[in-house]
Amino acid sequence: MNPESPEEQVSCEDCAARRSFLAKISIALSGVIGAMMTLPGVAFVLAPGFKKPKEVWRDIGKPEDFNDEFQLVRYEDPSPLPWAGVTSRSGAWVRMIDNEFTAFSITCRHLGCPVRWVKGPELFMCPCHGGVYYKDGTVAAGPPPEPLHRMQIRVRDGIVEIKTTPVPLTTTPLKPIDV
Amino acid sequence: MNPIKKTWNWIDDRSGYSDYVLPLLKHIVPRDARWWYVFGSATLTAFLVQVLTGICLAMVYVPGGDEAYESLKYITEQAFLGNLLRGMHYYGASAMVMLTVMHMCQVYLHATYKYPRELNWMSGVVLMMVVFGMAFSGQLLRWDDNGVWSVMVAAEMAARAPVVGPWISDFIFGGTVVGGATLTRFFVFHVFIMPAIIFAGIGLHLVFLMRHGVSEMPDPEKPVDPETYQEEYEERLEKTGVPFWPDAMWRDVVFSTFVVAGIVLCAALLGPPALSTPPDPSNIHSNPMPDWYFWWYFTVLSVLPSSMETWIILGAPVFGFLAVLLVPFISNKGHRAPGKRPWAVGVLVFGITSFVVLTIYGYYKPWSPDFGVDPLPESVIGATSGPIHEGGLLVHQKGCLYCHHIDGYGGHRGPVLSDIGQKLTREDITIRIMNGGYNMPSFAGSLSSDDLSNIVDFLLSRNPNQEITNE
Repeated sequence: MNPESPEEQVSCEDCAARRSFLAKISIALSGVIGAMMTLPGVAFVLAPGFKKPKEVWRDIGKPEDFNDEFQLVRYEDPSPLPWAGVTSRSGAWVRMIDNEFTAFSITCRHLGCPVRWVKGPELFMCPCHGGVYYKDGTVAAGPPPEPLHRMQIRVRDGIVEIKTTPVPLTTTPLKPIDV
Repeated sequence: MNPIKKTWNWIDDRSGYSDYVLPLLKHIVPRDARWWYVFGSATLTAFLVQVLTGICLAMVYVPGGDEAYESLKYITEQAFLGNLLRGMHYYGASAMVMLTVMHMCQVYLHATYKYPRELNWMSGVVLMMVVFGMAFSGQLLRWDDNGVWSVMVAAEMAARAPVVGPWISDFIFGGTVVGGATLTRFFVFHVFIMPAIIFAGIGLHLVFLMRHGVSEMPDPEKPVDPETYQEEYEERLEKTGVPFWPDAMWRDVVFSTFVVAGIVLCAALLGPPALSTPPDPSNIHSNPMPDWYFWWYFTVLSVLPSSMETWIILGAPVFGFLAVLLVPFISNKGHRAPGKRPWAVGVLVFGITSFVVLTIYGYYKPWSPDFGVDPLPESVIGATSGPIHEGGLLVHQKGCLYCHHIDGYGGHRGPVLSDIGQKLTREDITIRIMNGGYNMPSFAGSLSSDDLSNIVDFLLSRNPNQEITNE
C-alpha cells in the first residue's frame, strides 16, 4: 500500500472520522487561542478587586490646629498613583474636645455624597438625597441606613495623624432586611 | 463605453453594490407609516453625531487624574470650535437618549414587537441599556467634582449587592478609593467597549429589520395571527408597498435634518454644560447631580422608604430591564392597534407621566436641605427687637430654614411654617424641636434654653389670624 497514491489521499480526505477529528481539534485550539489572548488581560483588569486595602497614617496637622469645631482635613489616599493629581485626595471631618479627637469620613452612608458640617444646628447634612447626621455621627434624618464612618486619629511626636481607610461602603448583610 | 461608466461597472461588479446594497436600499416597505417611523433612523443619525464629535474630542481629551479636567477646559475655552464640539456631543447625547426612548414608545404603542419581530424589540432593548450606559459614563468623563461623586454613588449602589457588592465597587474605583485608576476605566467603557456593542447591536437590529420587513401601521381589523401573518404581509406589500429609498426614506432624512440642526443650534446657542470645580474627592461643597435624563431615578432614590431601598437599587435595573426585554413574550399575537390595547396605552401614559413628574421633582429636589437659604428679612420676622426678633434670626442660624419654608424663604424638605402658630401650641412646638420627629433631627443637644424659647416665641407669632386681631 502506497500512502502517496492519490486515490488513498482522496478517500482519507473524505472520511468522516478525519473530518470530525479536524473539527474537534480546531474547536479545541480556538479555545486555547482564546484563553491565551484573554486570560492575562482578565487577570490584569480584575486585579484591583483582589488587592488588600492599604491603611496608612497621614499627617493632618498639629494638635493646636484643632478645636471643638469640626473642620475639614484633606489627606492623600493610601495608594496614590503618580498621575492621580487632585483625585488622590480624601477628606474627613475632625474635631478635638479635651484632647479627644473625633473624626468622620465625609462619605454619606446612603449613596456616598459628601456631607457638610453645618455649625448652627450642629448637624452633618448631605446635599444629594437629604441624609442628616448628629455631631456624634448617628443618623438624624433622611435615608442613610448607617451612622457616619468613624476614622482613627493618633498624635505622634506632636503631629496629628489620621488612618486612611477605603471608601466606607454600605453593604447588604446576608440576612433578611428588617422592614 | 465612456471610461467613468467603465470604471463604475468594474467597481459595481467586484463590490456587488447593485446586487447587495441597492436591493437593501430599495426594499419594499408599507406606504402607510408616514411620519411615525422616523425615530429609529434619527437615533442612528444622533449616534453618528456622537461618533464623529467623540472622535474629535478624544484627540485632545486626556483620560487621567487632573489632566482630564484641564484638557476639557482647554477644549471648551481655547481650542478652535472646541466649545461647539463639546456642545454637540452633549446635546447629541440628550438627543440620542430621547430618540431611543421615543422610538421604543412608538414601537410599543403600535405593538410592532409582536410576531415575527420579537428579536427586533429585544435587540433594541439591549441597545437602549447600552445607550443609558453611554449617557452615564459620558457625564462622568466630564471629570469635574460631579464626575467624581457620580463614581462614588455608582460604587455605593453596587456595594449593596449581596456577596459580590464590595468587590464590584473596588472594580469600579480601580482600588478602594476614587483615584488615578478610576477615570481610565470609564473612558475605556465609553470609548471602546460600549460603542463596539452599539455598532454590533445596530448591525443586528438592521439584519432583523431586513429579515422581517418594516411593519405596517396597526389595523384594528387585522390582528396578528402567526399562522397567516407572513403570507398576508407579503401579499399586501406586493400590492401597495413602495421602495424604501426614496419613497419612505425622504421623511427620515427630513426629520434627521431637524435633529442634527437642533443639536448644532443648541450647541452654538446654549453651549456645553459648564465644568464645575476640579475632581477633588475631598471637596465637600460639591452638589452632585446626574444629567437631566437620570433626574427621575435620582428622585426615586430620594423618596423611597429606606426599608425598600436596597431592593429597588438592586432589583429595579435588573427587573426593569427584564420586564421590558420580555414584553414580546407577554403577548406576541393579536391586536396591534392602540385602541384595542387599553392596558398598553395605560402603561405608556403612566410611564411618561411618572417620568415627567419625577424629573421635575429631581430638578427641585425638595428633599435636600437648602444650604444657600437667605436669612428672613425684618418684614417677615415682624419685630425689630425682643424674643420674636431673636427667634427670627435663630431659625436661619440654627438651620431650621434649610428644610422649612416661611413666607417665601427657606427649603422644602419639611412642613411649611408660615402659619405654624395657628396649628400647634407652645408645648407641641417645644417638644417637636427638642425630640425631633418624622425625618426631623432632635435639636435638644444644640439649642440653649434661651434660644429655644426665642425660636418658639417666633414660631408662635407665625399666625395669620393673630395678625388680624392685633390690627
